[in-house]
This record gives sequence, C-alpha cells and structure tokens, in this order.
Amino acid sequence: MNAIISISRRSFIIGVASTAGGLSLGFNVPFIEPALAEGAVSAPEINAWVVIRPDDTVVIRIARSEMGQGTLTGLAQLVAEELNCDWSKVTTEYPSPAENLARDRVWGNFSTGGSRGIRESHEYVRLGGATAREMLIAAAAAEWGVPASECIARMGMVTHAASDRATFYGQLAAAAARMTPPANVTLKDPKDWTIAGKPLPRLDTADKLNGSQVYGVDLKLPNMLNAAIRACPYFGGKVESFDAAAVAEMPGVRTVVQVDETAVAVVADTWWRAKTALDALPVVWDEGPNRQVSSASIAAMLEEGLGANDAFIGAEQGDAGAAVSAAGRPVTATYAFPYQNHATMEPMNATALYTPGRCEVWVPTQNGEASLAAAAEAAGLPVQQCEVHKIHLGGGFGRRGNFQDYVRQAVSIAKQVPGAPVKLIWSREEDMLHGAYHPTTRCRLTGALDADGNLTALHMRISGQSILAAVRPEGMQGGMDPIVFQGLVLAGTEGTLGYTVDNLLVDHAMRNPPIPPGFWRGVNLNQNAVYMECFMDELAHAAGVDPLAFRRKLMANNPKHLAVLEAVAERIGWDTPPAAGIHRGLAQIMGFGSYVAAAAEVSVTDGQLKIHRIIAATDPGHVVNPAQVERQVEGSFVYGLSACLYGECTVNGGRMEQENFDSYEVVRMADMPAVETITMPSGGFWGGVGEPTIAVAAPAVLNAIFAATGKRIRTLPLKNHDLA
Amino acid sequence: MARLTINGTSRDVEVDPDTPLLWVIREQIGLTGTKYGCGVAACGACTVHIDGVATRSCVLPVSAVEPDQQITTIEGLSPDSSHPVQQAWLALDVPQCGYCQAGMIMAAASLLMQNPNPADEDINAEITNICRCGTYNRVRAAIKLAANGGEATQRG
Repeated sequence: MNAIISISRRSFIIGVASTAGGLSLGFNVPFIEPALAEGAVSAPEINAWVVIRPDDTVVIRIARSEMGQGTLTGLAQLVAEELNCDWSKVTTEYPSPAENLARDRVWGNFSTGGSRGIRESHEYVRLGGATAREMLIAAAAAEWGVPASECIARMGMVTHAASDRATFYGQLAAAAARMTPPANVTLKDPKDWTIAGKPLPRLDTADKLNGSQVYGVDLKLPNMLNAAIRACPYFGGKVESFDAAAVAEMPGVRTVVQVDETAVAVVADTWWRAKTALDALPVVWDEGPNRQVSSASIAAMLEEGLGANDAFIGAEQGDAGAAVSAAGRPVTATYAFPYQNHATMEPMNATALYTPGRCEVWVPTQNGEASLAAAAEAAGLPVQQCEVHKIHLGGGFGRRGNFQDYVRQAVSIAKQVPGAPVKLIWSREEDMLHGAYHPTTRCRLTGALDADGNLTALHMRISGQSILAAVRPEGMQGGMDPIVFQGLVLAGTEGTLGYTVDNLLVDHAMRNPPIPPGFWRGVNLNQNAVYMECFMDELAHAAGVDPLAFRRKLMANNPKHLAVLEAVAERIGWDTPPAAGIHRGLAQIMGFGSYVAAAAEVSVTDGQLKIHRIIAATDPGHVVNPAQVERQVEGSFVYGLSACLYGECTVNGGRMEQENFDSYEVVRMADMPAVETITMPSGGFWGGVGEPTIAVAAPAVLNAIFAATGKRIRTLPLKNHDLA
Repeated sequence: MARLTINGTSRDVEVDPDTPLLWVIREQIGLTGTKYGCGVAACGACTVHIDGVATRSCVLPVSAVEPDQQITTIEGLSPDSSHPVQQAWLALDVPQCGYCQAGMIMAAASLLMQNPNPADEDINAEITNICRCGTYNRVRAAIKLAANGGEATQRG
C-alpha cells in the first residue's frame, strides 16, 4: 500500500482557458512559483486526493485514466464514501504525471490496465478520503474548542450536537489543510457504505451527449499545427527515402519530416491537408527482413510448437503424460486464436509542444507516467523538464498503456518544428497497420476419460506468442511468460483453474513471430477460456455427460468458480429444455481476480447464427458501482464477441492485410444479444471487472453452436466457417 | 470557398472543395463533437444531419453540400442537451468512452424523425454505427425510451 506522504498545503491546479475555440482545460503547473500558485487558486487541498472549495465543491483527484470503464466515477465514490461528503458536490480532476513524480508519487500508480484501476488502489484512495474527513473534523473541533470525538462529519458538514453547531466543509477546508493528518484512520466496513457500492450515474456523462467532451483528437492550442504520419507498413522495415519536394507546395503544408527510422510525417495547418499531402508523398520503404512472413508461415511455426519438447510449465499435477498414454480413449483437439487489433474508436494521437529545454504532451493515455517517460526520452530532456496532460480516452483496451509510440512520434515531430504545438493523429489505416496486436496462439488439448466418464488426465499445450517477451521482458520468470497461463494456474489470487484433475499438465512452447503483440482487453484469458471451456464441452460430449454435470464433478474444490457457473445455469434454465430451435452453451473461468461464467442461447438457421441472449455472472469480491459493473460486462461481450465472430488480422508479405473497418468487421447493433448480468460479490477479496467476462462470451457461444449444429469451431473467427 | 449552413448559422469557409464535410466541420468551423473514426463511412462516428437525414460526413466532399442545406451537428441538436434522444441517453447513462456517441445520438435522432416508434429490426437496420465499448443494448433502450417520450418501460 502506498503511504499518503508529502502532503502539500496548496493546490497547483489552476484553470487556464485557451484562446482557440473557448476550450477550457485543467492545466497542472508544477513548476510554477508557489506564491503565484497560491494566488491563482482559491481552494487548498486537504490532502493529495481531496480539494474542497469555499462553495463546498469537492474536487477528488483521480490518478487512473478514464477510458469508458467508469473507474473515474468508482474511485470518486470510494473517496467520497470515506470523506462523508455530499455526492452532488463532487467533481474530479487528474493530477499530472510530472506532479506525481515531483511529490514522491503521492498518487501511486497511474497505470490503468489489467482491470486494476479500483482493485489495486481502493485502500489508499479510501484512506485519502478518511484522512481528509478527520482533518475537517479536527478543524471544526479546534474552532469550536470542543473534543473532536464529539463531532460528526456527514453530508459535507461537521456538526457538534451538544452545542448545536454545524459548519459546511467549504468553510473548514482552509483550516483543515493546516491540520496534522491523523496517523491512523479506520476504513468503513463495505456493508456500511452509502455512496460506494451504489449504482450511481457516471460523473462524465453530460459532456458526452453534446459534443463538449474534449478528446485528444479535439485538442486546440494557440498556433497549433497538425501532423499526419505513415510508418513503414512492413514489420521490421524502415524508411529508405521520400521526396518531400513533391508535396512541399501543396496547400497548407509546412514541412515534411522523418520520424525516427520508421516513419514520415507531413506537418500542415490542418490535419486534412497534412493527410492529403501525405497520401501524395512518394516514399520508398526498406521492407526489412520479414517479407516472407505470412499467416501461413506463422501457423506452421505455431503448429511445430504443439509437439515440441521445449515448453514452460504453467500448471502440473500428477503425471499427465503417463496417464494420457495409458488411457484407453484419449480425446484430443487443436484450437487456434488469431491476431486482433484493439481498434479503439479514437485513433492513436498525441499533441506535443517542444521548446528548447521543455516538452509538453497532451495525450489520451492509460498510463500517464509511461507517456511522460516516453516524452522525455523522445525529447532528449530530463523528465523534470517535461509534462504530460492527460485527456479522457476514446477507448483504450490496452493499446494506450505500455505502448507510447504515438507520444514518441509526436515529440519527434514537434522537435523538428520547435515552438509550435503539433497534433499528431493517426489515420484508421495507420492504426490498423501498427497495432500492438492480441497475440496469436494455438492449443492442443488431450484428455483421458475413465470407464465412468471421469476426466483422469489433461494435457494442455499452448504454442505461440508471449506478450511479456516483447513488451515487458523484466516480467519474465526464467524465460517463462507467466501471463500466458492466465486462468490456468493452480495457485494465487489472479486466476486459478477451476477444475481439479489428478493428472494435469499445462505448458507453453513459446513461438514469437515478428509481429508486435500487446495487452488486448482480456489478454490471454480470452483464448485460454476458449481452449479450456470448449474442450471441457468436448470431453463431456465424449463422456456422454451433460456439460454442467461434467464440470461440477471437477469443481468441488473450487466453490467460487462453481457458484458463478451454477448461477448462470440456473438463470438460463439449464435443467429445463430450451424453446424449439434454441440451443445453449456454458463457460466459466477466473481472471483478473474475479470469477466469471456465461450461459448463451443461440439458434442457427440455414447457417445463420443468431445469439439470442447471454447470461453473465461475476463474483468480483466487492462491488463499488453495480451499474458500472453491468455496463462493463455488457460491453466486454461486444469486445469478446467481435473477436469470436469477425476479428482477425492476417499477415501477408510481412504486413497486416486489414486496414479499416470495411475489412476488420466488429460486432454492431444487429449482432448484439440481450445480456443479463448477475453480480454476486462474495466479499473478502477485490477482483477486476473490466476484462474477465470477455473471455466467457466466445466459449459459451461456441458450445451453444455445437449444441445447435454438432460442429466444433476450433479456429476463430466464426466468419471463416460454414455453419450450414 | 464554400458557404454552409451549420446549426442554423450561415458560414463562409476557405477550403479546398474536395475536403470532406467532416474535416470542414472540425477544422474550419471548429466544432469537434463530430468525430473521425474511419474515413470510409464504415463506423458512423462522423454522423451529422443534412436536412434532417443522418449522413456520414467523412466521405462527403464539402462541395456536394448546397449553401441552403441545413447541416446539424451534435452541438446543434439542441441548445441545452434537451433533445429527447439526449435526455434518454442521460436517463440511461448510455456512454462509456463516449467517442462514438455523438454519431450514435445523431443517427438515433434521425431514425426517430423518420420512424417515431422503431421496432428492434428497424433499429438494427438503421443504427449501424460502431461502438467498441459495447453500449449497443443501452443505445437500443435509450432509442425506445426517447420514442416513448421519456417513459421508461425498463431500465437499461
């Protein structure tokens, strides 16, 4: 847990209205002279998390990024709960990454991924709220000359009943800020929550209804230029040459610049003119070493790994190899999961302003500190001379966390036009060709059943790409990528296998094609759930046992896994026959600290799949906002079903083939089933909700398709299969 | 040079005639609520109304728009977010990241003008905008809520 330290007595946050378009941004100015800062603000911060203005407005600082997942609202609820403030007076702001560094990381980790936004910071943000509450009480008690223990803080007010006195927080804030923070505060029991745990509306909705929410692509700064970029489309390739003179006289063009070794950019007065000139720019690519790489060559590489001897072991129990060999009737199947692009609706972008000795970046980012580090590196400046202004994201899904390529590019361009802010926006084509792709893997599963249809052995061999090896090698463990085994391990709190199999081996033959992989919402849980849960169905079918009954027998030691599965089975009416033409499938897994399950109902008519409804159950331990959990579950199914039905980035000639939504189809309204969400927090742990349910959508649907058609779909996406 | 009527105001803009209407709205007019998502009319983030009809502005050259045609952007749908579709969106707390939502709202408002009481099939056929966060079911519910004049039959 991060201690709350280095508590400043003033806020550095000032409002700056930019000249262009009346846009108002909250600028953080950490290097400003203290006297100026104090003069510029009217409200002191009680501590790093809480600022209270004289009008009783409560400004709650949010370190994690809001990208649609509702964390902003949830974290504010947690602080407000302990602060005992009036929720209707709450507003939020992002502290800046540079200010976090300057204040010994008082706000902790800014990284927003892995469904960790709330589950990893709930304790210290609640302490921030509770500490501020105690300081407000102390200030009132001191002013009234009464014991603090006789004062009560409630609904933004401190009262002292004995003397019939009451004061609003806004009147106490300045004095409270001077109080010594209490050394120990006790957090409320979640059962006593009145703000947290409630289905409150999001704090960020109103601006998203009328066009006033500012995204990175919407930023306007004085004298701002716009840049369009093209990086070498061949993985591992670079720029050989380009003919800047050919477009230099086109309307609006200011300059044409090379960006690192890999890209060229046109800087113009407007983005459309920059893009138009870029489209006309003659560029010769050094196509690099991967022109022979294709989806077929990658498939062959992974296929080899399915039978290879070199493999890292993720889970082992008994002797699966011997038990499978001895089995009278082993069941085996091979599955495959393709590359996926995040395809956030807002394409990658960043705005940079470089002046000698200073660099500022405005960027929608899942990790402001990673953006700051990237900006400093690209600018060639000490990090103390750089600043990052975070902006709400038009989707993140993992693309905007570890990967700060757009920040480096924007800074590289800005350095070549010093003194002018440059807004870099990727075209959709650029976004599709330069993803941090969901990695591709294959999986061969072999199971052994005894005469009674019990699973006695299971070997699950995963072959394919490691994300960590490419993007976070420091997370590797002796050459092994532990997150390959999401949802499949036997110990820990992040995601354990829900089945007990006497002889079990889960191993990974690492095969890394030269395609950049990344964390894609749900990460490796997505394909692991398809592999494990579809194969469980295959085993149940081979054993002649109902898929739920088959699983139940293996889940006695994992009651939380079983509870969510039972919940969806009960809700969908598993024990009663479905309507004519309707068929059902089940799946469960644990990931990101939460237990999840899904039950789907589908029909297949003349080869046409219709997903009628999906029931989803989640046990995340604690729930901060049940309404937002519902939205995350529903939304996660769109992401998971997009990959299941359509999603596939194919490689040909060393580059991706899909360049836009016309060739990378995703789930739309007409595909969307009804979703019913069961949220069943059992307490005692904190799990994430942004990602885990993605993983159960596809296997539940695929198992239902088998029930409907007798066809096992083992390679995604479904669009490549004929269900007729 | 083009003359456009945007949100009830006539505007003269200096712009290449091939420029898509989307980028004129965003860069010359300065209204950034209308979003770029794909540039090939595949995602609907750029949806505006032209004479009340939902139109994907990213592939429409500005020269194809007549000066007297009424262009409405999300900023002009209502002066104060009071349009029934905006109110329904607020009541059901529809947006997640929100990036596609201006296009969704404009498409929904146009649909309801043509068809005040759309069935599920009508919504499926007419609302083909992409949302990657996955707000579709709430979009559908909000369209029905707006069609019912704000009377919710069910939440979400």
